[in-house]
Amino acid sequence: MAKQHEGRRRERLDRGIKVRSDGVYAVSSWREMMFLVGPRLLLIVGLLAMPLILGGVPYWQKVLTIICIYALLAIGFDFLAHYVGLVSLGGALYIGVGAYVSALLNTEFGVPIWASIPMATVLGGGICTLLLWPCLPLRGVYFAIVSLMFPLLAARFIEALDIFGGTDGIMGLDGFPNKWSEMYVLIICLLLALFGLRRLVNEDMGLVFRGVKDNDQAVKASGINITYYKAVGVFLASSLGCLGGAALAHIYMWAGISQFALDFSIIPIAATVVGGGGTLAGPVIGCLILVPVSELLRDFGTLRIAVYALILMAFIVFKSEGLMSYGARKYNQFEHWVEI
Amino acid sequence: MAEPILSVSDVNKTFGGVKALTEVSFELMPGDILGVIGPNGSGKTTLVNAISGFVKADSGQVIYKGKDIVGMPPHKIADQGLTRTFQVMRPYFSLPAYKNLIVPMFSRRARRTGGWRGGGRMGSRDTVAVDILEEIGFERESYVPYKMASSLPTGYLKRLELARCLALRPEIIICDEVFSGLSMSEMASMVPLMEKLQMEGITLIMVEHRLRELFRLANRVIVLNFGAKIAEGTPDEVMDNKEVKEAYFGSEEVYSYV
Repeated sequence: MAKQHEGRRRERLDRGIKVRSDGVYAVSSWREMMFLVGPRLLLIVGLLAMPLILGGVPYWQKVLTIICIYALLAIGFDFLAHYVGLVSLGGALYIGVGAYVSALLNTEFGVPIWASIPMATVLGGGICTLLLWPCLPLRGVYFAIVSLMFPLLAARFIEALDIFGGTDGIMGLDGFPNKWSEMYVLIICLLLALFGLRRLVNEDMGLVFRGVKDNDQAVKASGINITYYKAVGVFLASSLGCLGGAALAHIYMWAGISQFALDFSIIPIAATVVGGGGTLAGPVIGCLILVPVSELLRDFGTLRIAVYALILMAFIVFKSEGLMSYGARKYNQFEHWVEI
Repeated sequence: MAEPILSVSDVNKTFGGVKALTEVSFELMPGDILGVIGPNGSGKTTLVNAISGFVKADSGQVIYKGKDIVGMPPHKIADQGLTRTFQVMRPYFSLPAYKNLIVPMFSRRARRTGGWRGGGRMGSRDTVAVDILEEIGFERESYVPYKMASSLPTGYLKRLELARCLALRPEIIICDEVFSGLSMSEMASMVPLMEKLQMEGITLIMVEHRLRELFRLANRVIVLNFGAKIAEGTPDEVMDNKEVKEAYFGSEEVYSYV
């Protein structure tokens, strides 16, 4: 990676503390332990403290819940794209299905909110997986196109058949008891999903997922049914999306076809580009940047799409590895110039 | 007379108008090494694909341990103990070499037949994986099994393909050109390795272009040309066959004109 530069080049080396904390010595020293735990602690404490910091401004507290919902979608997207090899543009499908399932359970069957959200997570994940099942043999851009079609189709379907309240949507859902529970439920779910997926991709089952991504033929020749594992991957990612969708429906106390809007498919991808693909924490950071920026630019009307596009373009051209990969490299390694 | 472990009879496969395989039949005895040779485009890889389930034969039977496996998906065939390597080596590049073996070891077959307990926590599978790699020539003391698969040279990648098959505890391995692209010294170390696999009771089908090494190993050889079997027998018999010489070196008339 060293760049040629007139008789000298830049060399990157692991920091001593990084090397030390890879070994068993990490447990014997506070400094090395903090080196390992520090960044994770920063994220956890930062996210948990955020509602308190924003205490006086209800508007930004609302934005925080939206950030969490986008972040749930984004880590699902990152997991599917970089660890299972399915580029899914179906974020809007997951949100919409989660919202409608939760709304139906809550209004039609009288399921209380604390049960309807978990049930919508699992049921919605199952429904999304069944819908996408026939497309699982597809790869790369073909899967992306088909998965993009589903949310559009679902919205037209509800509109044309006038089911589930038609264009009016389903109204009168129970809201969260208070705004604190709203924020903390989402933040805790986000943290659990993030560290859970991080753990999963390094377990044996996660290795199978990564095998499917790198070479699915070899996984087949190893006696493993790849369609099943792809389905499990889609179930995990779509469950996260449905969780977000169900929470969204209860926050707005309404589920409608605007929850199949393409924003839910596009912003998670943009966040993954900004934050760094394949890092899982990166997309969360991406959402923490992109969603507030888009809120700040709300006054500019349609112009904010242009600003948004510029941010994305700048990241793709100048920092295509994403913030998280860049930050991790700076944290773990130092650079210096050496004469050739 | 022992029963054949694999018997292929009258397998046909066409791609559009191209006849890739025409009425190919052969039998494979347990513990044998069968060589499959033929010029480029003669249908060798299609035969491998047809047996291992990656393409479905149009007609004909592939009987493996008394069961017709035509039309079974590849992962079910692999689950029965018939697996294959690939000509184009694509290991799981994002994983270290030994983690590449965890994927087959996670399969149902490996969990059923393997010598390790289920669950696989506390690194027990990792240990078995490194053992398999060491057996196949990855030097543990120089940490080769722990290197990223993307940084390994061709010779190791070919071995990694084989190791990935071995981790499944197979009965038959179909090797698609294990010798191609290797240096002379790498090839020289590969031959005893294949002999060792045979000693361990694994039946091998070797699709090869390197005839010299193949003929040292194989008990029997079949020759394909334009999708049809043109000869079968021991290596010596096959080399004396007139049709084989024509397929490989052109007909004698051509030489007489020159």
